[in-house]
Amino acid sequence: MNIQIKNGRLIDPKNSIDAVCDVFIAAGRIAATGAAPKGFVAEKVIDANGLIVAPGLIDLAARLREPGYEYMATLESEMEAAVAGGITSLACPPDTDPPLDEPGLVEMLKHRARNLNQAHVYPVAALTSGLKGQELTEMAELADAGCVAFSQADAPLTDTRVLMRAMQYAATFGFSVWLRPQDSFLAKNGVAHDGEVATRCGLPAIPVCAETIALATMLSLARETGVKLHICRLSSAAGVELIRTAKQQGLAVTCDVSVNHVHLSEMDIGFFDPNCHLIPPLRSLRDRAALRAGLVDGTIDAICSDHSPVDEDVKQLPFAEAEPGATGLELLLPLVLKWAGEDKLALSDALAKATLRPAQILGLDAGHLSVGATADVCVFDPDAYWKVAPGALKSQGKNTPFNGHEVQGRVRYTLVNGKLVYQA
Amino acid sequence: MNNPQLNKHGELQHLLTTEGLPVDIVRDILDRAATFVDVSDGREIKKVPLLHGKSVFNMFFESSTRTRTTFEIAAKRLSADVVNLNIGASSTSKGETLLDTVDNLCAMHADMFVVRHAQSGAAHFIARHVAPDVHVINAGDGRHAHPTQALLDMFTIRHYKKEFHNLRVAIVGDVLHSRVARSQIHALTTLGVPEVRVIAPKTLLPAMVENLGVQVYHDMAQGLHDVDVVLMLRLQNERMQGAALPSAQEYFKYYGLTEEKLARARPDAIVMHPGPMNRGIEIDSRVADGTHSVILSQVTFGIAVRMAVMSMLAGAK
Repeated sequence: MNIQIKNGRLIDPKNSIDAVCDVFIAAGRIAATGAAPKGFVAEKVIDANGLIVAPGLIDLAARLREPGYEYMATLESEMEAAVAGGITSLACPPDTDPPLDEPGLVEMLKHRARNLNQAHVYPVAALTSGLKGQELTEMAELADAGCVAFSQADAPLTDTRVLMRAMQYAATFGFSVWLRPQDSFLAKNGVAHDGEVATRCGLPAIPVCAETIALATMLSLARETGVKLHICRLSSAAGVELIRTAKQQGLAVTCDVSVNHVHLSEMDIGFFDPNCHLIPPLRSLRDRAALRAGLVDGTIDAICSDHSPVDEDVKQLPFAEAEPGATGLELLLPLVLKWAGEDKLALSDALAKATLRPAQILGLDAGHLSVGATADVCVFDPDAYWKVAPGALKSQGKNTPFNGHEVQGRVRYTLVNGKLVYQA
Repeated sequence: MNNPQLNKHGELQHLLTTEGLPVDIVRDILDRAATFVDVSDGREIKKVPLLHGKSVFNMFFESSTRTRTTFEIAAKRLSADVVNLNIGASSTSKGETLLDTVDNLCAMHADMFVVRHAQSGAAHFIARHVAPDVHVINAGDGRHAHPTQALLDMFTIRHYKKEFHNLRVAIVGDVLHSRVARSQIHALTTLGVPEVRVIAPKTLLPAMVENLGVQVYHDMAQGLHDVDVVLMLRLQNERMQGAALPSAQEYFKYYGLTEEKLARARPDAIVMHPGPMNRGIEIDSRVADGTHSVILSQVTFGIAVRMAVMSMLAGAK
């Protein structure tokens, strides 16, 4: 279908466009921006007056909970939430039950996602079999089945020799390895940052060195093996500094942060709010400031939702017993906009962290609206204010630390492959 | 954030922690407790009808004999009906969620819950979910708080020392894992004690503990110098397995309270312990049973303080 999006403010970080400019879509691709291509007849016109037209968001971590945790969320519910949040591509971590460690599981997930005809789903496969940290998965087979990277999700990999071998093997084929840095001994039983709040609340703590020690190990092994390393969910100022130094020394490492950690700190735990039980733990205000600075100077490449829908029964428990994680697909865009507003960033630079940069990490030609590109588009009203209420979320997970917060930015249209998949 | 223990009139709705508890309420509890000491000590009939017709449910998700017993005695002396639930052994092991357990007990028209739970924040969690006319008393949640213990300690200190504003108090031992220590620190600073010290090896102190308003000592001789009150903490045996300490013997040698170490404190110093004591590990028997020890007074006063808290909660609107 030929679609014309007219009168919108087009923001395309890759092409450095931030101007009122029409977008023309034909055959699932961007046919032109600005003036209509010759002979273009719009079958549908979207009036984007007062709205922003941007590349669809690309989320590096969205748990869809299938297979195995359908009681928490299903592909149907979460894919609907994704497009309602303007997300047109998402990578899902392998921490399902069973974990994504076999080609058959990956094929099934991709098949299920394709039939829903919504966002593109990019499974991240398990790095080790069963995420147990002992034996390698069949990485090449998994890649053939459609996996874009290999990860341990939040499962520990304590044996550094296995980690080195996994990196070497992945490097053989040019695969990316995605790891969240956390020393499992130092983090054992911990549920909160080892600081003032955990001390006051008497919560078992995770020190910052749990992150930096694991990070130093991963960076050393990446240098040794030459693997493409992506660091997931950085949480501390010291972690940001290690990445900054590694990048200055020329290591081709990338990293992301969850949008929760861009906005929240240990202080938000308040009187034991289980919605603030997150992995990694929310750290100090100083750490949050360093994460923001790292985003601005490019040390941190991308912002993800770290979407973790959790069932009420396992969330409504005393803090430490509550299942960690927060729902995030529908909050990613508003929270990126909020960050841009608070830190006075150009919208284009802020949006790049959730569009162009994650596309590059995934190795996709996406996250931009160049002529010829797949027409994955998000059209949103930047001035629409709304109050986060669990009932208003499409995700089956209603667990959010932003409950009751007023946020800014509502998606009006989401297009995937040039097809309108969401409208509000 | 609203203080979850106060109602909209600023009265005590729940007792969850001593942190942020208004000093007037703390003093009120101590004053009320003084009147109940007479009820317990002086009278033939040890009962007052303040909680007549009310039901108090002791919900102990973690085993405890002494605390549960003192709450039970306190409630009975106030003429309440007391139901003891050893929940660790019943519903939760059958898969019932904590909220279901709470809902069920609310449906039985409980007026007050006395809660002990192994998880920090459990009492706050339950207080958030009970019906608005139900009161929750935290009888110990994880490492977080044990407010009635701290209040009875304050009562004991006031009994012997009269004032708080001129005291030097040392808390000795496993502060990291201790709900008692956290509640004591908040209560002492609220009551205006100018110098609160903690004495422990670094493995038994939480991060940034000095931000709670205490001075940190690692050496007993220095830490006990000229103190008026010594608050000993219980050392759990499992600390040795977690590599927090090498051995009970070494701990006793460097951090156990002996007559020799106590000689560093003021001549009229008092020694307290929340019980149960590990004699020969954190405290020497000669000190525990000696003239400075007021440990048994703590137990007696504990009943009066718990009566004071319950009667105050029952009087709230």
